[in-house]
Amino acid sequence: MPHVAIQAKGLVKWFGEGEAKTTALKDVEFEAYFGEMLYIIGPSGSGKTTLLSVLSGVLKPNAGSVLVEDIDIWKLDTDKLADLRLNKIGFVFQDFHLFPRLTTAENAAIPLILQKRDWNESVREAINYLEIVGLKGRADLPPVKLSGGEQQRVAIARAMVSKPDILIMDEPTASLDGDTGNSILSFVQKNILSANRCIIVVTHDNRIYEFATRILHMEDGRLTATEKGAASAPDKGSASATEKGTA
Amino acid sequence: MKGILKLGFKLLVNDKAKFSALLLGITFAVYLMMFVTSMFFGVLNHASANIINVGSTIWVMDPYVQSVSNSVGMPDYVLDAVRSMHGVKYAVPLYSGGALVKLADGNYQPVTVVGLDDTSLLGRPALLEGKIEDIYAQSGFIVVRDAEFSKLESPHIGSEFELNDHRAVIVGIAKVATSGLYGVPTLYTTYERAIEYIPNPRYTTSYVLVEPQSMDDIPQIKQQVERLGYRARTKEEFMKRTEDFYIYKTGGGTNMLIMTAISFIIGLSISGQTFYTFILENLERFGALKAIGIKSRDLVSMILFQATFTALTGYGMGVGACVLLIWLAKLRLPSYAAMLTYSSLAIGFVMVAIIAAISSYVGIRKVLQIDPFTIFRG
Repeated sequence: MPHVAIQAKGLVKWFGEGEAKTTALKDVEFEAYFGEMLYIIGPSGSGKTTLLSVLSGVLKPNAGSVLVEDIDIWKLDTDKLADLRLNKIGFVFQDFHLFPRLTTAENAAIPLILQKRDWNESVREAINYLEIVGLKGRADLPPVKLSGGEQQRVAIARAMVSKPDILIMDEPTASLDGDTGNSILSFVQKNILSANRCIIVVTHDNRIYEFATRILHMEDGRLTATEKGAASAPDKGSASATEKGTA
Repeated sequence: MKGILKLGFKLLVNDKAKFSALLLGITFAVYLMMFVTSMFFGVLNHASANIINVGSTIWVMDPYVQSVSNSVGMPDYVLDAVRSMHGVKYAVPLYSGGALVKLADGNYQPVTVVGLDDTSLLGRPALLEGKIEDIYAQSGFIVVRDAEFSKLESPHIGSEFELNDHRAVIVGIAKVATSGLYGVPTLYTTYERAIEYIPNPRYTTSYVLVEPQSMDDIPQIKQQVERLGYRARTKEEFMKRTEDFYIYKTGGGTNMLIMTAISFIIGLSISGQTFYTFILENLERFGALKAIGIKSRDLVSMILFQATFTALTGYGMGVGACVLLIWLAKLRLPSYAAMLTYSSLAIGFVMVAIIAAISSYVGIRKVLQIDPFTIFRG
């Protein structure tokens, strides 16, 4: 039986009041396991992004709970919740959100810098991750000099540099062409996913469904179906390239 | 430097256009503030030149005297009365007035004439050339070598000229701590010669200079002089009264306040607006940092550091620009009335601190309001 990475229980989230009230999540329950690449798919407005925000400790639900490795994250105070996000969860944002005035390596080092690690040591470690995502030679360039796919890889390196247990990817291929999107997800599946890591991907790009180990369908704020993905989970005990690379 | 502060530093400094605009705004504002206040304090200092140069401990004067340059003559009995007061070590008269010097080329040059007590010569300047006793020689005058010296055609010992149609001879060249405000040369002579050469109203004593037996005697001397119907002021009090006259009665203080306020508004507008734009441009990225896990206090310290760093750098550059300009001006105009004082520096620092505080408050407020959820919504 695989270990549970995230458990969502009875999640309800609404926005607005009165006539303007919109319920984005309606009693959502599911579990995400270590070693799986879980996709949450559905049409626009189905509540995927809201669910992702609630799962990652960014948006507080109106009801229900989120357990990350058995910790109810919405019972933590603001600082502890920030610490949990910094240490346990890696984020790959849809628009990357890289700082254009920093170098690629400095961008990738940001989580370590926020962990109050030494600047030079953080940048050195970030360069190791850039090597894993194939961008070591571009460590000193600003992100604006990189292509969309390369920027996405920097965002992945930034998400992975703090060795999080959970990686959350929000529409990772939205800004990329089909080939680049495929190569990024293929890279993540081969090099980032491991038996000790859970990856949650929110997407409506059906070209990358082949990399999912499990797919949750969302519609109108509810999980409507679960299906097994085409990909298989990594073997127990297997380590990702990032873990090998920094061992 | 701590990592988060270094992150803030790089985000700020690497945005060269915004950082330059921020620095320029603060530097310009500080420069204006420093320059206006320096000029004003310089004027105040020059206005008190006679008080500083004569250096008497107590000055006795008519109650209506508002500044050292506007003396009101006092009858001779005031001097006698003061000399007999308890606590007075000695008291001497001082004359201060204006005269016209006819130069060799036929032009007339206004001068200030200071008449020193014939016996003690109290308040005499330090001589660069000549001997002080020559002041007693016939028509003897001592000229001050300051920025206005050349207006008397740079006289030397033995130079002769007409002063109010009387013959005057330069017997000494002196230096003083501070030159006067009005840009006219200063001549020293004896009290008797001064009132002889310069047409006077009925009373000729401008001030009575008093040396107390001890500093503890000053209050009772002041009380006794007040009973006589006059005022005794210490050197510092008289300087303050002269400064107050220029600050409150001439409009100079109001002008300085207005200029300082304008500089402050310019600095605040430029740096506040630029800093706000800088925050707005990076707002989504700050939101991403919040989603990643930065704590609010770390974000606040990062923005405070950015504002403080910019403010201090701009302050240093503004002060430097002001010092440079005053130095350059003094190369051309030695009597240029600008003086960088601790008060000017403090006023500039307080203003720049307020600018930094307001700019960072606006930025912090905006950043703390960002909901990282908006980052996911795209």
